[in-house]
Amino acid sequence: MNLLARINARTLPLIVTSLLFVALFAFGSVSYDSFFSAQVFLNLFIDNAFVIVVAIGMTFVILTGGIDLSVGSIVALTTMVTAALVEQHHWSIWAVIPLVLLMGCAFGVMMGVLIQYFELQPFIVTLGGMFLARGLCYVISIDSISITDPSYAAVSEYRIMFGEEAFLSISAVIALVTLAIGIFLAQYTRFGRTVYAIGGNERSAILMGLPVARTKILVYTLSGFCSALGGVLVTFYMLSGYGLHALGLEMDAIASAVIGGTLLTGGVGYLAGTLVGVLILGVIQSLIAFDGSLSSWWTRIAIGVLLCLFCLMQRFFEHGGSKLSALFSYWNKPEEEGSAGSGAQPAR
Amino acid sequence: MSTEPILVMKDICKSFPGVVALKNAQLRLFPGEVHAVMGQNGAGKSTLIKALTGVDLPDSGEIRLQGKPIQPTSVNEAQKIGISTVYQEVNLCPNLSVAENIFIGRFPMRGFAIDWKAIERESKAALAALNIHIDVNQTLSMYPVAIQQMVAIARALSTEAQVLILDEPTSSLDEGEVERLFDALRQLKAKGMAILFVTHFLDQVYAISDRITVLRNGEFIGEYAASALPRIDLINAMVGREVNEAVSATNGASATDITNAKPFVSTQGLASRGGMRPLDLDVYQGQVLGLGGLLGSGRTETARMLFGIDATDAGTVKVEGKTVKINSPYKAVRQGLAFCPEDRKTEGIVADLSIRENIILALQARRGVFRFLSKRTQTAIADEYIKQLGIRTPDAEKPIGQLSGGNQQKALLARWLATDPKMLILDEPTRGIDIAAKLEIMELVKAQCRKGLAILFISSEMSEVLRVSDRIAVLRDRQKIGEIAGQDADEQRIFQMIAGAEA
Repeated sequence: MNLLARINARTLPLIVTSLLFVALFAFGSVSYDSFFSAQVFLNLFIDNAFVIVVAIGMTFVILTGGIDLSVGSIVALTTMVTAALVEQHHWSIWAVIPLVLLMGCAFGVMMGVLIQYFELQPFIVTLGGMFLARGLCYVISIDSISITDPSYAAVSEYRIMFGEEAFLSISAVIALVTLAIGIFLAQYTRFGRTVYAIGGNERSAILMGLPVARTKILVYTLSGFCSALGGVLVTFYMLSGYGLHALGLEMDAIASAVIGGTLLTGGVGYLAGTLVGVLILGVIQSLIAFDGSLSSWWTRIAIGVLLCLFCLMQRFFEHGGSKLSALFSYWNKPEEEGSAGSGAQPAR
Repeated sequence: MSTEPILVMKDICKSFPGVVALKNAQLRLFPGEVHAVMGQNGAGKSTLIKALTGVDLPDSGEIRLQGKPIQPTSVNEAQKIGISTVYQEVNLCPNLSVAENIFIGRFPMRGFAIDWKAIERESKAALAALNIHIDVNQTLSMYPVAIQQMVAIARALSTEAQVLILDEPTSSLDEGEVERLFDALRQLKAKGMAILFVTHFLDQVYAISDRITVLRNGEFIGEYAASALPRIDLINAMVGREVNEAVSATNGASATDITNAKPFVSTQGLASRGGMRPLDLDVYQGQVLGLGGLLGSGRTETARMLFGIDATDAGTVKVEGKTVKINSPYKAVRQGLAFCPEDRKTEGIVADLSIRENIILALQARRGVFRFLSKRTQTAIADEYIKQLGIRTPDAEKPIGQLSGGNQQKALLARWLATDPKMLILDEPTRGIDIAAKLEIMELVKAQCRKGLAILFISSEMSEVLRVSDRIAVLRDRQKIGEIAGQDADEQRIFQMIAGAEA
């Protein structure tokens, strides 16, 4: 029973998601020459580094039962501020990056305070943040600003080699380090567990004496930070700042988290799942690129179908899971007549 | 039991806007005892506990823990000084593991990381102390409520608690589960823990508690040794003796003769798991059947079962002699039943709609959206009931939220009468309205009854039940313990029945 029970509504989506990723990658390897290579796999991390980072912040927010729609706009604003300061005001990269990261945090704190202390809906507050940040981009410039600073180009082109052929970019490494820190935060710190507790039952969390208010604000701050960091990675990737960067990224991040097994109602999900979610979106893009004949919009169609399927699956396992456990509680108990008790026996 | 109380609450006063919730309440708690706090609805039990756990600060009064004055301002603070609380509903996180639920908020750390190994070890030990042996890494929601309740207690205890407060911990448990909980409590008691136990179940009070404090209307009535307080005295202390003569005048109107009549609704052994025990009940047309019993005796549960809101898992219901399955309010309405729920504000009126719209609501729902009632018909129906029931309002278009409680209640009555039901279930129709309106409502109930309606009448005021009922079914601890004809009944007799053999 233990093994069966452990594969429950919690872990099963993660397993299914991982299997799906393997299946998609295998499909690509069989269908297209040269798909099956270390570099194609590593490219998934390189091309989606910023999505991974942004989705990590998003996962934390969703785990508390909230949502952050501002992430894509904050990414765009970050690229814009970076490009303007580096190109037009000739700031050093070492001054610009801390500044934009701080700006992302400030955005997050602001939204978190509005949500926590004024009891506003996260959806509305972050929707406001989304419009605000996107609008601010165009205050700086309505056109794209290329970044010609040599240090950006250097970071962008730097390759960390794995053996002869395969390599990762600095951005991909930053994304993986962020992921590692995120997993540690979520699983091994008081902050992380409080996040899960809030998502499970906020009222209980308060009554258990957990720092709910502080944690909720911190979660939006973290998401703001991750968005800004994602923005920095975009500047490395695109070498430009533009108000139209990362359009709809918030939806990709939400989709990745959900496909990775995070419940929008909060309290359930793993960051590892979110990573696999991003990779699935990435592998679909790769498949379409390798095919060459399909429009890139097929990615969207695939994501749409996958999302619905995964939500359905979660709902099914939730119900199936509870039915399963109810069944077990009866099995564990000798048949007895009368109204005395449903599974009052300890489960062993 | 030691002679020095560990906790003393003295002259605690607390008022909320418009209500005095506590007036000089007292409480003494000794180590190694289970102390029950008893009282009717609104007696101030929960206010007293909230004052103790830092949820609501008292206006005045003194709380001493081990002789030192304390004034907890938050749940956390109360917990830190050794006062832990387990609430009625399990206040844990269902998505976290059992072990995590016990330790969250005070995780043992190893460096920067949470020491999960230690948590598993210690939570196993904490549960073993309560004689529970389960997989602590399993998600909490996988376990039945009784186990979850035990986990909550284990959490409360692992904070080095000196005082454990249990606020109606048994309300969702069945008998076997309650026994497990009591075993755990006895162990804790033997270790010298002071336990404050709030419940509505009389049997449980006598099964577990050493002493009893009774509150009534926010006032301290007395502190008694459980063994020296017969049930009937306990009930009298809770209910009080001020019986309003005008209200309790027994009803003279003779009941319809039922010796030959068939019951409209009749239940055999109707029961729900964790709710009502098997119940036989007959409701006749032209008669008011009153449900008598204390808070928590299962009055509302009975109504909800009959109306198909709560699922039943045993027994049968017959309507006019035919066995039917009522598993949703929709089906109940189709059988000619109507239900005025207890909580008028949240389950009854739609405050922003007009009186007319509120009255028409159930009728229109019954007819379906395609057979729309014209505004003229609606107004005619509304005006008719406004006149018939004496609803005091300038016109039918006034938002119902602006009416007084009594008039709102009449409008709700009108809503169900408009659907022309055969049986009306009234759950606390007189709560929160003034005495004149109460009398009026009761008169209306009797008048409807004389027209041939079967009525099930529920009220926490025993005197009202006595006044309107032709027969009274007496409930105790979610079980019907007897039935008594209206003209033979008085409060003393019913309370003696509730008190049981001891009386």
